[in-house]
Amino acid sequence: MDVVTSPPAAVSPPRVRRQWVDLLGAVIRTRRGALGLALAGSVVLVAAIGPFVAPYSPDQSVTFPFAGPSSQYLLGSDMLGRDVLSRVLAGGWELLLMALAATVFGVFIGAAAGISAAYLRGRVDGFIMRTVDVFLAFPQLVFALLLVSIVGPKIWLIVVAVGFTHAPAVARVLRSSALEISERDYVKSIELQGVRPAKIMRSEILPNLVSPLMVESGLRFTYSIVMMAGLAFLGFGLPPPAPSWGYMIQENRIGLSLNVWAVAVPVILIAVLTIGVNPFTDAIARVAIGLDSRPDEALIDDTVVEA
Amino acid sequence: MAVDGAAVTVQLPWRDEHPIAVLIGVRAALGVLTLFVVSVIVFLATEVLPGNAAYSVLGHSATPQSLKALEIQLHLNRGLFAQYWLWLSGVLTGRLGNSLSNGQAVWGQVAPRLVNSAVLVVGAGVIGTVIGVVLGAIAALRKDGWFDHVTSVISLAVTSLPEFVVAIVLIILFATVVFHLLPAVAPIAPGTYAWSQPRLLVLPVATLVIVIIPYILRMMRAAMIEALESDYVEMARLKGVPEWQIILAHALPNSIAPTIQVIGLSFLYLAGGIVIVEDVFNFPGIGQGLVNAVSDRDIPVIQFVVVVLAAFYVFMNIVTDVIALLVSPRRRIAR
Repeated sequence: MDVVTSPPAAVSPPRVRRQWVDLLGAVIRTRRGALGLALAGSVVLVAAIGPFVAPYSPDQSVTFPFAGPSSQYLLGSDMLGRDVLSRVLAGGWELLLMALAATVFGVFIGAAAGISAAYLRGRVDGFIMRTVDVFLAFPQLVFALLLVSIVGPKIWLIVVAVGFTHAPAVARVLRSSALEISERDYVKSIELQGVRPAKIMRSEILPNLVSPLMVESGLRFTYSIVMMAGLAFLGFGLPPPAPSWGYMIQENRIGLSLNVWAVAVPVILIAVLTIGVNPFTDAIARVAIGLDSRPDEALIDDTVVEA
Repeated sequence: MAVDGAAVTVQLPWRDEHPIAVLIGVRAALGVLTLFVVSVIVFLATEVLPGNAAYSVLGHSATPQSLKALEIQLHLNRGLFAQYWLWLSGVLTGRLGNSLSNGQAVWGQVAPRLVNSAVLVVGAGVIGTVIGVVLGAIAALRKDGWFDHVTSVISLAVTSLPEFVVAIVLIILFATVVFHLLPAVAPIAPGTYAWSQPRLLVLPVATLVIVIIPYILRMMRAAMIEALESDYVEMARLKGVPEWQIILAHALPNSIAPTIQVIGLSFLYLAGGIVIVEDVFNFPGIGQGLVNAVSDRDIPVIQFVVVVLAAFYVFMNIVTDVIALLVSPRRRIAR
């Protein structure tokens, strides 16, 4: 077993890349994964190409407020008489980008903390995990609001705040996955060669955590979307004239009975997006633990050798 | 289980005699410690980080005189420890100072909001728990039947929906566009409490109930299936115990135990979920109070609400652990 896995530097990087590609490939082949990808993917498509195909400027009043749908304005107009379709098409990408950035930030910090705690043990472990306990005592949204209240609703701050609120939970999950791996013989043997702890964590332990990392990323991405859209809905997002799905729901609420589409369409898009990401993440988790069909190559080093 | 037991086999005899009392004591002490650290973080974050809270409140309208006055009001002219001590003793005794946005006493503003939010959280938590447990049990009993499939698809979809999406859909369906059965907003008049106008409570509570049911349902279903396939249920069946008695006396109690953890988590979730739901329905609870305070940079209110929510979090965590221990006979004996 050790013989096969011991030449690390040459083997690890390509294997890591293949591993997550294989995992995603297997996920897409499951029914759940394909359905999730189709749902979420269609919303991502709307958000990505929307700004280029919007028929009107999203910030310009074109008709009277809360006009119903017509052949000219397919989804009617909003509280200021702006074209709802154009605002919907233009207002999705910032939500997706911010959610993505927050997820990457949160999973990175959480993974770094969790792996360090698991590998370094002792006082570092104690300190990191007690810190995690303290931050888990705040509801996520409340903690994000606390951070926003300090500096004000700046975009970078909202990304950092949402990402930061993910870190404690990610750290907990990755610590428990990394604990067992840091005990493996090949890690011990590399330790004896005098390799630095930082390098061991990065190139020996991290490659074995691809599946929990991907599951966590999917989960945190869903939460990021929910929190970003929620913060935008509460008015802590891009400042008002800019179109954003979350804030569109807030500002057009008063006109619900006049033009329901100004609210319903962003609601549907956010709903389809989160509903889609969820089964996709679920499929990753199921493939990773072997509930659904795995990729041909096994995911864990040891099983490659045994098989 | 075995590991749990081994950890507690320490020499002290009183530990073995009152394991649950010891556990509660240790968890409570850790909880108080956590809250202390939380209070320090909240205090430092809001009062020290932005440089000067007085300036951030007054903003561009600040004059040297008004800054000076506000600094004295917020005790910013004292040392850091003195500031923290004044604030903490204020929080513990209910003397929270005055709101920065309207000058009224914070406690007088927040107390009725606390009651309203508590009504919302307890109402949604209890209703959601009952519905979730019942639906989960039925889904398990009719495993792979149509009811099981329908509930599992719906719960998978609803699990990830943001609260405001559920709330807006309910408003569109029942309050504005489709039917006009219920009020779309719940502005409880100041001085009256939430339960005096139950009609206003229906949609906010329904939103929170819908959001927490999937978690409880899925956990209950999984636990119930496990219980129904267990040896003791098999044994009871072989003995000829009637099926309803097996379900009520054996399967149900044993599947509630693991579900309680999830119910506890749902209550935790509600503490955060009320923030957006209260804002949607214009419901005067602490969640709405927090959102308003963040918009106005009303620091005393932010500090207090965040600490209260964190305290609720820590408290619910302890309660969940202890109840899960008490209702699960196997774990109790293992200790």
